[in-house]
Amino acid sequence: MQTTISKKPATLNLWRRWNWLLWIAVVAVIYTWAITGLHFTGLQESAASVSRSIVHGLVQPDWSYVYNGSGEDLVSLILQTLAIAFLGTIISSLISVPFAFWAARGGKEWLHIRSGSGKVVLTLIRTFPEIVLAIMFIKAVGPGSYAGVLAVSIHSIGMLGKLFSEAIENMDRGADEAITSAGGNSAQIFMLATLPTIMPEFISYTLYRFEIAVRSASILGMVGAGGIGTPMIFAIQTRNWPRVGIILLGIVLMVLLIDSLSEQLRKRLI
Amino acid sequence: MTTQIPRRPWLQRWHVKPIGWTLIILILLVASSRMTGVDVGMFFSNLGQFTDLLVRMSRPAWDYLPIILHPLYETIQMAILGTTIGAAFAVPFAVLAASNLVHNRWLRGIIRLILDLVRTLPDLLLAAIFVAIFGIGSTAGVVTLAIFSFGMVSKLFYEVIETIDMGPLEALESVGANKLTIIWYAVLPQIMNQFVSYFLYTLEINVRASTVLGYLGAGGIGVFLQRSLNEFNYSQTSVIILATLVVVMVIDGISNHLRRVLL
Repeated sequence: MQTTISKKPATLNLWRRWNWLLWIAVVAVIYTWAITGLHFTGLQESAASVSRSIVHGLVQPDWSYVYNGSGEDLVSLILQTLAIAFLGTIISSLISVPFAFWAARGGKEWLHIRSGSGKVVLTLIRTFPEIVLAIMFIKAVGPGSYAGVLAVSIHSIGMLGKLFSEAIENMDRGADEAITSAGGNSAQIFMLATLPTIMPEFISYTLYRFEIAVRSASILGMVGAGGIGTPMIFAIQTRNWPRVGIILLGIVLMVLLIDSLSEQLRKRLI
Repeated sequence: MTTQIPRRPWLQRWHVKPIGWTLIILILLVASSRMTGVDVGMFFSNLGQFTDLLVRMSRPAWDYLPIILHPLYETIQMAILGTTIGAAFAVPFAVLAASNLVHNRWLRGIIRLILDLVRTLPDLLLAAIFVAIFGIGSTAGVVTLAIFSFGMVSKLFYEVIETIDMGPLEALESVGANKLTIIWYAVLPQIMNQFVSYFLYTLEINVRASTVLGYLGAGGIGVFLQRSLNEFNYSQTSVIILATLVVVMVIDGISNHLRRVLL
């Protein structure tokens, strides 16, 4: 912490020497509150046997589920999950661009009405639970992966818009000024200077968001919005642990693959 | 001296790469929209139902608020405990995964692989499994959040450790200090502030995550969220969402302020 110059150094020193006690007291109060507030149900009797069968199922997964040509097997549902994530991310990256320009702050002033309102809207979108969005879209378009696509594309705007707007705020304005000084109009500035400058960052953030979308697409199925989540929750509810094991394996492999692929692409971009 | 203008190879002249990428993305777009059955017309024809839902959500039933206060507290408590347990377990793993402290490549590789595997699992999926093990209640939520934050915090932590100044470590090593002494006196003081900052950041994310964990029975406000949605009681749903929004924003504000002070 930076030292501030004060006219009363004695009291300041006293405060600085002892304020850790206050912090410890605050932390202690918070933890007491947290621990006493929760009533732990404890382990149910079946916990040990359930864990044992989960481990057993993970060790001996249901290989026959990987591919059986019915369209309801692991491979096709994983592809469907990826399709939900991909489509949702692409749609939201397009919708996010105007939001980003809305929320980006131009000058240095503390309060900026346009940018401030945009940031609040993006925060609202970000905080709205994706699961609830998915359920709302299921009401509109019926259960299935279309609802998942809509949920991912709307929810991602919150984060992509924020990242994009920060990229716009931090971008190098040299190219903009060059075009202005050569007499270009604002459309030309946007096409020839702004867009090429921020494009690599936009693509990089979109790829990053795609990684997150893959994870959320794989759980949206738990509420009926398509993808691998639906058979997963059925398998858990029916205690079909070998099935759970193979689906978990599939999700882990899918996420690892997508993460490393996207990381490679992002490294080449920036 | 030659005054020839450098010529572009044909790959650049015909824009092979950008056109190729555009084609790939277009093909993927068409394939995935066929696979997911996207139908723009259907969305607009059913828009009535959607707006009806929004209208019902726009009339929050405020008398429901006192009922959900307790589960809201429970959600925050779950997030605090889960993050703390996860972060506590993350510290030793982060030390073992840091390339400037552990020189054994195999050990580091195995630890990092474990951390990568833990990070691939989405939070709700973990919640579904732990509800099956621990039964319905906040215990499952705390364990889920602990494992979820363990994966996240340990990566953030070891990346911090790898950026520290090695000078104090070498100084202690040269006077014959053992590993634990070195970590206690040379590593910890350098990373403490960043650790606390990342801990708070993870807490923010966990508060957000814990609000939906209850949807699968893992305690907290999510239980009520699921109940209201199942009963088609959307005016209650919107109270829950608004209340969570306030909680998340307050926690974010406090944590952002503390992190600014720390760094």
